[in-house]
Amino acid sequence: MLKVEEQQPVTFSAALLEKCAEIVSRYPEGKHKSALLPILHEVQAELGWLSANAMDKVAEYLNIQPIEVYEVASFYTMYFLKPQGKYMLEICRTGPCCLVGAEKLMDHLEQTLGVKEGEVTPDGLFSWRGVECLAACGYGPVLQIGPEYTFYENLDKQKLDDLIQDLRKK
Amino acid sequence: MARKLLLEHINVPGINTLDVYRQKGGYRAVEKALKTLTPDEVVEEVKKSGLRGRGGAGFPTGMKWSFLAKPEGVPRYLVCNADESEPGTFKDRYLMTYIPHALIEGMIVSSFALGANTSYIYVRGEMMPQIRILERAIAEAKQAGFLGKNILGTGYDLELYVQPGGGAYICGEETALLESLEGKRGNPRIKPPFPAIAGLYGCPTVVNNVESIAATVPIINDGGEEYAKIGIGRSTGTKLISASGNLVRPGVYEIELGLPVEEFIYSDEYCGGIANGKRLKATVAGGSSVPVLPANLTLKLANGDPRLMSYESLSEGGFATGTMMGSGGFIAFDEDQCIVRNTWNFARFYHHESCGQCSPCREGTGWMEKVLHRIEYGHGKMSDIDLLVDVSKNIEGNTICPLGDAAAWPVASAIRHFRDEFEWHVKEPVKSLDTNYGLANYAEPIAKAAITE
Repeated sequence: MLKVEEQQPVTFSAALLEKCAEIVSRYPEGKHKSALLPILHEVQAELGWLSANAMDKVAEYLNIQPIEVYEVASFYTMYFLKPQGKYMLEICRTGPCCLVGAEKLMDHLEQTLGVKEGEVTPDGLFSWRGVECLAACGYGPVLQIGPEYTFYENLDKQKLDDLIQDLRKK
Repeated sequence: MARKLLLEHINVPGINTLDVYRQKGGYRAVEKALKTLTPDEVVEEVKKSGLRGRGGAGFPTGMKWSFLAKPEGVPRYLVCNADESEPGTFKDRYLMTYIPHALIEGMIVSSFALGANTSYIYVRGEMMPQIRILERAIAEAKQAGFLGKNILGTGYDLELYVQPGGGAYICGEETALLESLEGKRGNPRIKPPFPAIAGLYGCPTVVNNVESIAATVPIINDGGEEYAKIGIGRSTGTKLISASGNLVRPGVYEIELGLPVEEFIYSDEYCGGIANGKRLKATVAGGSSVPVLPANLTLKLANGDPRLMSYESLSEGGFATGTMMGSGGFIAFDEDQCIVRNTWNFARFYHHESCGQCSPCREGTGWMEKVLHRIEYGHGKMSDIDLLVDVSKNIEGNTICPLGDAAAWPVASAIRHFRDEFEWHVKEPVKSLDTNYGLANYAEPIAKAAITE
């Protein structure tokens, strides 16, 4: 599946191109490379992940070298360099959330979805991973789902099960 | 009730909209600054207020502003640091979510003071909902004539943009943030030159935390001297504290600086005590980077006086018996928590977040994580404890940016105050897998507590 997708040519929709143009307009002339991070978010929201083809396309659009895109996409944790499940559940695994039970929820998530951290469920619906502090420590354990990064707070096993059920029905 | 300057209207329905925010006195500071004050007079008010950077360093904001270079014909920039990523800290998310115009108003006043005509709010990428909230608030403010060309007919122009990050703790360091804003990896820059001389696009730049910028609004409205009357000593004004961990009521609280720590933890106005009837074992008072303290040293200074929530009182006693205000991320640990496990967790965090430029940090954070992991999982040696101290000392002060120090301090302080617990893990490798060391003497009066240097 990965191979097929990598071979597919990437096209940006008209809406995406319009959004990219608006982003570039936020910076002084000649400083359009500043648009790289926001544009990568937009591209990932549309395509689900960043393939080499997609990153090359971004490089071409911003008139920069492909390596300038790769080095950025691989530095930041939010950019996916391989396909993910339709819903990527990202649960906070840092100190304050662990004080209120995040580790047990990660175990529960692994059991419920039946896949290890970073893997995709066979139906393509879910993947999950532990992420570092999401700045919501007072409402832990917390979990987020991109591309809009909707937040789920004060989680327990029951709430997590309900959330997964709701997403399955969508 | 304590005075609230930032969160006074947080519970007013619709306060996230421009109309309601204005009904509650919003945007008065913009009118006052742009129409009746010069940029230098605004800087002067902020200096008089004694406001200290709320992101963690505690450097006086007015002084930082006065360092800004002003060469002829070169644009200057104000960049707001909304990359809030310090474990234990979530106040900026709260402010931006519920009262976004407080930040927008502060950005206008501060940009005017610094002579910036384009300003950016760099928000961590995971806060996509907050990015949408800020973009909506900016559109409202622009519609009402508070942003754009010739604001309120004063001739001052300002464009304000929101920039998303990509998920990297290091981008909270101001020069890494600027690199990221320029579309690059978040590698901190070597200083000097400081951003005040060469920052964004090589131009003079000020980078301030969300809360610092929002605080300029009450400072301009009421005057710097009024603001300085709140608080204690050189800790002036109010501070947002993010309270998390094993508390009855975790959350964001606005306190007057100088509040006793004991009152903050136990009074019903604030955290309401330790959850589930447990006892307090330890705290991290200012975000994961600051030294961890046992309960006794959290509540009292080494001389037995009460410890206060202020920059000076929290750091009283240096690292031997004190900690730091940091970003105000207050994490409470109850008697069932394991200090070794938490220290390992934080070490893993810093290893994950090290940008990799400096060897002491890139390698040292990984070594600390590994050694702590083996102590926690029953494979530790007694010599590992001193090894950790040694590694932490070799990271501290030897890196381009403060992430190295931030990784070293939690480990060094955990061993300084909780060495018995580390030793117990080594001596009881099997028992420590499923039981905890417990409260031990960490809440005993100071005289009985082990204060090791």
